[in-house]
Amino acid sequence: MYEFDWSSIPGALPYLWIGMVMTLKITVVAIIAGIVWGTLLALMRMSPIKVLSWFGAGYVNLFRSIPLVMVLLWFFLIVPSLLVSLFDIPRSYDTRLISAMVAFSLFEAAYYSEIIRAGIRSVSKGQMGAANALGMSYAQAMRLIILPQAFRNMVPLLLTQGIILFQDTSLVYVSSLADFFGTAYLVGSRDGRLVELLLFSGAVYFIISFSASQLVKHFQKRTSL
Amino acid sequence: MISIKNISKHYGSFQVLTDCSAEVEKGEVIVICGPSGSGKSTLIKCVNGLEPFQQGELVVNGISVGAPKTNLAKLRAHVGMVFQNFELFPHMSIVDNLCIAQIKVLGRSREEAVERGLKLLDRVGLSAQAEKFPGQLSGGQQQRVAIARALAMDPTCMLFDEPTSALDPEMVNEVLDVMVGLAQEGMTMMVVTHEMGFARNVASRVIFMDQGRIVEDASKDDFFGTPRSERAQQFLSKILQH
Repeated sequence: MYEFDWSSIPGALPYLWIGMVMTLKITVVAIIAGIVWGTLLALMRMSPIKVLSWFGAGYVNLFRSIPLVMVLLWFFLIVPSLLVSLFDIPRSYDTRLISAMVAFSLFEAAYYSEIIRAGIRSVSKGQMGAANALGMSYAQAMRLIILPQAFRNMVPLLLTQGIILFQDTSLVYVSSLADFFGTAYLVGSRDGRLVELLLFSGAVYFIISFSASQLVKHFQKRTSL
Repeated sequence: MISIKNISKHYGSFQVLTDCSAEVEKGEVIVICGPSGSGKSTLIKCVNGLEPFQQGELVVNGISVGAPKTNLAKLRAHVGMVFQNFELFPHMSIVDNLCIAQIKVLGRSREEAVERGLKLLDRVGLSAQAEKFPGQLSGGQQQRVAIARALAMDPTCMLFDEPTSALDPEMVNEVLDVMVGLAQEGMTMMVVTHEMGFARNVASRVIFMDQGRIVEDASKDDFFGTPRSERAQQFLSKILQH
């Protein structure tokens, strides 16, 4: 029978906290950048200009058809050398965090764009007509009238996607970037207590994700009233 | 003021409008009626370019609507439109609904826009509702706000697309009252409606449409007295039966 020994966890908490900050940084950046880029992709996809709508559709289909972990790996291999050659950054500079943020943002944008496209569709067509009839341009109507309503309808879905993203950030272990999961793994290996550390980090992911999704549900109930 | 010349429009092979022509002078109130699917709404949506058309020429205030160089947004800013389903912006308060286009399109200051908006809100009898949201108002109240919103842009003419069709019967009159008031003040109006009482009361002319064509364009006395076309006679006898 395996004997649990949790004694290495208290001493590791400061390191784990640093890892959690890293995880949250990637999550928040990817959510914000993903929503902004995703909105642009959704608008491109709905554009009457063929080139734009093809690009939007192609982008979304491409990113939704390849595993996230591969996208991450490619970016860890490509982005560092690109940054070094573009901005004259010393080779020793750690670009792993940046490339993780870029990869997650680009990947999540594909998913966000589909949510946002559905959100824009959920706004009645007459709203665009009314905005145009008042003399607003397409861009003004989108920005002032359509998107605010679309985002209001989409908030629960966007947050749920954010929670999934929060869990997916653990995939950065492929670059041995010390996020929360990576740090737990390192500490566990060092002390020979891998099982305990993985159980502990799993519990932390569960508590955060579960409370966040309960919050979303609560929010959803309030807005649907 | 509005000159419609030989307008035709089709969706694919389906002909929506065929060779429609009409002239609207300043201060005239034109009522457009006809059975559903006859192209009435499409015709007035052509006037401010919300619906594109393939053939013919449409000139509003000396500006050609169909010309590719025309700045449609600029033209629409001075052509008010009221929709069947009100189309107030549900995420904004009533006063913001009245102000947004004044500020963003006409470039008025917020104070100026609020002053103008509240004045018009008072005119349609809804001053007390300024801080509410559209969802808190009845259909009749929402439509009156929609009229005030269009008037806030100081339009040279107003288009009404079945403004009372989505209303409960007891709310129809409060909206019609506002429209009659406008007509009596000399506003140029094109109104798609089945409210024949309104037409009898204030219309200068009545246009009757059927299957995408203007079948009759007559003064209201001629139209209600002795409509020339058989189709218009049938239509009138059906809707005036009760």
